[in-house]
Amino acid sequence: MDYTASEMMMVAAARALKNDDVCLVGIGMPSAACNLARLTHAPNITLIYESGTIGAKPYVLPLSIGDPELCETALTTVSVPEMFAYWLQGGRITVGFLAAAQIDRFGNINTTVIGEYSKPKVRLPGGGGAPEIASSCDQVFVIVSHSPRAFVPKVDFVTSFGFGTGGNHRQRLGLTTMGPSLIVTDLCLMRPHPQTKELLVTSVHPSVTREEIAIRTGWPVQFAGDLAHTDPPTAGELAVLRDLLNRSGQAGGMGPS
Amino acid sequence: MPRFLALTDAIAEYVHNGDTVAMEGFTHLIPFTAGHEVIRQGRRNLTLVRMTPDLIYDQLIGMGCARKLIFSWGGNPGVGSLHRLRDAVENGWPQPLELEEHSHAGIATAYAAGAAGLPLAILRGYVGTDLPGVNPNIRFIEDPFTGVRLAAIPSLRPDVSIVHAQRADRAGNVLLEGIVGVQKEAVLAATRAVVTVEEVVDDLRVASSNSVVLPSWTIDAIVEAPGGARPSYAHGYYRRDNAFYTQWDAISREHETFLAWMNENVLRKSSSPSPPIRGRRKG
Repeated sequence: MDYTASEMMMVAAARALKNDDVCLVGIGMPSAACNLARLTHAPNITLIYESGTIGAKPYVLPLSIGDPELCETALTTVSVPEMFAYWLQGGRITVGFLAAAQIDRFGNINTTVIGEYSKPKVRLPGGGGAPEIASSCDQVFVIVSHSPRAFVPKVDFVTSFGFGTGGNHRQRLGLTTMGPSLIVTDLCLMRPHPQTKELLVTSVHPSVTREEIAIRTGWPVQFAGDLAHTDPPTAGELAVLRDLLNRSGQAGGMGPS
Repeated sequence: MPRFLALTDAIAEYVHNGDTVAMEGFTHLIPFTAGHEVIRQGRRNLTLVRMTPDLIYDQLIGMGCARKLIFSWGGNPGVGSLHRLRDAVENGWPQPLELEEHSHAGIATAYAAGAAGLPLAILRGYVGTDLPGVNPNIRFIEDPFTGVRLAAIPSLRPDVSIVHAQRADRAGNVLLEGIVGVQKEAVLAATRAVVTVEEVVDDLRVASSNSVVLPSWTIDAIVEAPGGARPSYAHGYYRRDNAFYTQWDAISREHETFLAWMNENVLRKSSSPSPPIRGRRKG
């Protein structure tokens, strides 16, 4: 069955979520992946959007983090201060699912500026909820298209802390959460090395070569010894994903890219 | 009891040049109509506070109303950049814009601290990030009881907060429902509070004893402004105009198209409220 690299990425991301996860969902591709999981193998997953909606079950993917679709389908909607205090900092979220403009070899994320902060080449939107999502959720999944512009040796600005300079940097800062444990791209899956915390390629998507991954990664990327091969999307996964994106696009939400 | 005023009078009286102004609403209930009146009255040197600047602050910044922005996420949600915000930061057009940048958790906590009358907000935040390096208002303190290191930022105490809500009753009590964001905290933290509402009614129709209600004595002025949150939305009244959020990307990209749109749709419009366009009505 034919599928795009983007579809492979969203399917691979969805598969990483479990039925009992409580997931804080970023807008865009994270939202697509999390709802695909909910509509396939994880029907009881709790999806939380930082606008305060807990247990949202959107029929169409929202364009923004606070579309009415989220509030109307949620178990409950809390205020934004409560969301960040009780639910996020209170440690009640198992997975934070983020996107990134830049991510580096130690999983630090930049969504703030390209270039110098005081004289940016490109001013990006900024951190939003991500800095504390990255530190307070049990673990963090990141979904990002694989390019040398995105996968840089060192981010221009640490918006959301991953593993810093590697090793036990998180522990030294007093962080007790796991940090970015999975990076999903359109080429592969990456996970941190158990000791150094450098991101390693752990699974390669179908018909992708090691050379292609190396060319599109901005540092000399390492491959895990027990490198796996990602299963292609099933017909069922693709049907649910395409239906979700089509009806969302028709409704003015996030549509097929 | 708040005063029921026309929009022009409420903005003229309560929003002054140089004020710190918070117009809140987390995607929902964004006070666009009030923001447009601030633009029409030509306020200058404002310090604008908002978690998600959204299109309304893109417009205020592009029209030269702002000197400084205190914020945590400055994009067009689901679409891309706020081009007027970027142009001010990257190129100083129409004037330079000082940034005080936080995370959502930081600003939300700072409003709550302001509402509580506290001088500072504390949170488990900003750990390992570069934000404290560029924002001297993010510091770290030690909990005197446990020794745990926590982030501290000054509480937010706007001179004036402006929010939009579904309804007010004739006594001036205000109801918000749906995604309620930080509006309650922003109103209680501010020295002055102006609320625009979809309608003024005899019966507030409070759905639950736990609904978000702002008692009349927490508000200075109420303005009836049907459709006052468009192109964002008012839960129970009308939907978010996602198509306009997408179109704003092209409108705002160049000075000429931006200024032409503002001239046509804001500057030349009277401040009298446009008739409401009722969408799917709930409750």
